[in-house]
Amino acid sequence: MSSVRDSSQSTATAPGTAGSDGGVQTSPPSGRTPRSTPPVPQPRRRGIGWGARAELAVLIGPALVVFVAFVIVPVILAGYYGFFSWSGFGPPTDFVGIRNYVTILTDPAFHEALGHNLFIVVMSLVIQGPIALVFALLLNRKLRFQSVIRVLIFVPYVISEVVVGIGWSLMLQTSGAFNGLLDKLGLGALGAEWLSDPSLAIWTLMVIITWKYIGFAIILFLAGLQGIPDELSEAAAIDGASYWQIQRHIVLPLLGPTIRIWAFLSIIGSLQLFDLVWIIWGQYVSSTAGTSTMATYMVANGRGAGSYGYGSAVAVVLFFISLIIALLYQRIVLRRDTAGAITTSPKATDKPEVAS
Amino acid sequence: MAVTALIRTPAPRARRAPGQSRSSNLFIYFAALILIGLMLAPVVYIVIGGFRSNSDITVDPAGLPTEWRWQNYVDVLTSDVFWRQVLNSTIAATATTLVVVLFGLMAAFALSRYSFRGRGAIYAVFTAGLMFPMTVAITPLYILVRNLGLANSLAGVIVPQIAFALPVTIIILVPFLAAIPNELQEAAFIDGCSRLGFFWRMVVPLAIPGVITVGILAFIGSWNSYMLPLFLLSNDELYTLPLGTQAFASQYSVDTAKVLAFTSLSMIPALVFFSFFERRIVGGLTGAVKG
Repeated sequence: MSSVRDSSQSTATAPGTAGSDGGVQTSPPSGRTPRSTPPVPQPRRRGIGWGARAELAVLIGPALVVFVAFVIVPVILAGYYGFFSWSGFGPPTDFVGIRNYVTILTDPAFHEALGHNLFIVVMSLVIQGPIALVFALLLNRKLRFQSVIRVLIFVPYVISEVVVGIGWSLMLQTSGAFNGLLDKLGLGALGAEWLSDPSLAIWTLMVIITWKYIGFAIILFLAGLQGIPDELSEAAAIDGASYWQIQRHIVLPLLGPTIRIWAFLSIIGSLQLFDLVWIIWGQYVSSTAGTSTMATYMVANGRGAGSYGYGSAVAVVLFFISLIIALLYQRIVLRRDTAGAITTSPKATDKPEVAS
Repeated sequence: MAVTALIRTPAPRARRAPGQSRSSNLFIYFAALILIGLMLAPVVYIVIGGFRSNSDITVDPAGLPTEWRWQNYVDVLTSDVFWRQVLNSTIAATATTLVVVLFGLMAAFALSRYSFRGRGAIYAVFTAGLMFPMTVAITPLYILVRNLGLANSLAGVIVPQIAFALPVTIIILVPFLAAIPNELQEAAFIDGCSRLGFFWRMVVPLAIPGVITVGILAFIGSWNSYMLPLFLLSNDELYTLPLGTQAFASQYSVDTAKVLAFTSLSMIPALVFFSFFERRIVGGLTGAVKG
């Protein structure tokens, strides 16, 4: 088993970048197989004959073509369109240089949206992280109904943003179920305009986001916890460590890589947030209620206003902000898990990695 | 064997540190119960709301139905609109899933079992795809799809969805295929199997667990996808469920009960799908996260 896993890793990560941006999905970062060792001998290294080339073309071709055409090309096109003032019909001709970018970066509405995004990034980490951790630690033991519990915790993550948005907005409207419930409990005084009050709306959004996405964090942490051998906790227990000491000094540090990868996914998700805000608040209310995000700003001022050049420019700004934050995060936080990160400089990958 | 072992959830282990008594387990069940209650309350609200009448809801927004009315659900289930949207969503999700799995398997096979120059680069291109969520590409993507004449068609939704689902698919499948023992491949060659024959006869059947994981992810992703259909579909004949649910909610905003019924019916397929394959998804994550 372990030898299979090892060989799978060296072949899988041999291409060089598997660990980092792959995040959760890739085989995990590991210090076990330094890059310098030759990969497991490939079967039939018969160079590349024409036959093999044709096979490769047939195998990779379709995926690569679709991917490049519909993911890479649009991202590049966004960079190009961003320099034009363009209504989306005919070829873009009205070249305006960096005017779109100047407008975006000086637009108070964009600053607001960016501020909301950063708030959501930070609060998502601060709220979801600890809660998810506590529940993962609590649930990480033999329980009856274990798989039922897991499925139920995961439910909000599986249902669509539209269902979540409609359900929550009906519950939270002025004469909705939540205020009604408060009334029943004799707490009617606490009732509020959860969705439209600018001082409350963003917190409402945080509650909904937490509700929707915390199940993912818990399941991820539980998965990580199951990879930590029991022997360590048992040894510590024999040495007289208390339950909480074990969690704090043994389990948490070992869970580090999982937590850091979750945080990375959460940050990227928070920066790109669109669906929930657009469904619950819509284009106009989101800016007055103080829940607009960069993505809703992009759609409202791009496609919504028929200015595709401007919308593309916002996409580029959004992309670079995400990229910078992602790179910083990888440099500073993820580096100890996956030396190399996005930038696959051989120097970085050859360094002995911190055992994780 | 080894391949399936990679993605299985490890058997739950007892983790009884000292000081964990019966009572602390009771506390944990209690905590789990509260968490589950909070997670399910909004869903329950939506489902139960569908059984109420509008006047009920207005008078007492947080109450239980005074009488359980099936009428809202029956209305939705007998309407063409709902079934048309279910059909559209099913077509989009099925086509996306099938093509993603096929293309993903082929590319992952090439990336994991051939050695050629540029392999690392191609793999890097796909992993970089994770850095481009649809949000960033959506504006030019819309233009591109429109210029291809695919705006307002399900194909226009399906093809970009395939493209955006490929990175995750390939990243999950590559380690899977790489874990297939070389001896198998050599044995197949000795028996006169070509590499492509090996792919069809050995790799595809052996990769089934991984295929199921990526297939479910792709299916649920497509089923729930909102932004792309929002941009591309303006003809309500073509609306997928998320779009249709939203349109229904704004069109019948007075008829809260029916909106709730529609909403709760629209979330059933994803939930059913998920609970069938829950072990696979959670197991897939587990296999991926743990060293």
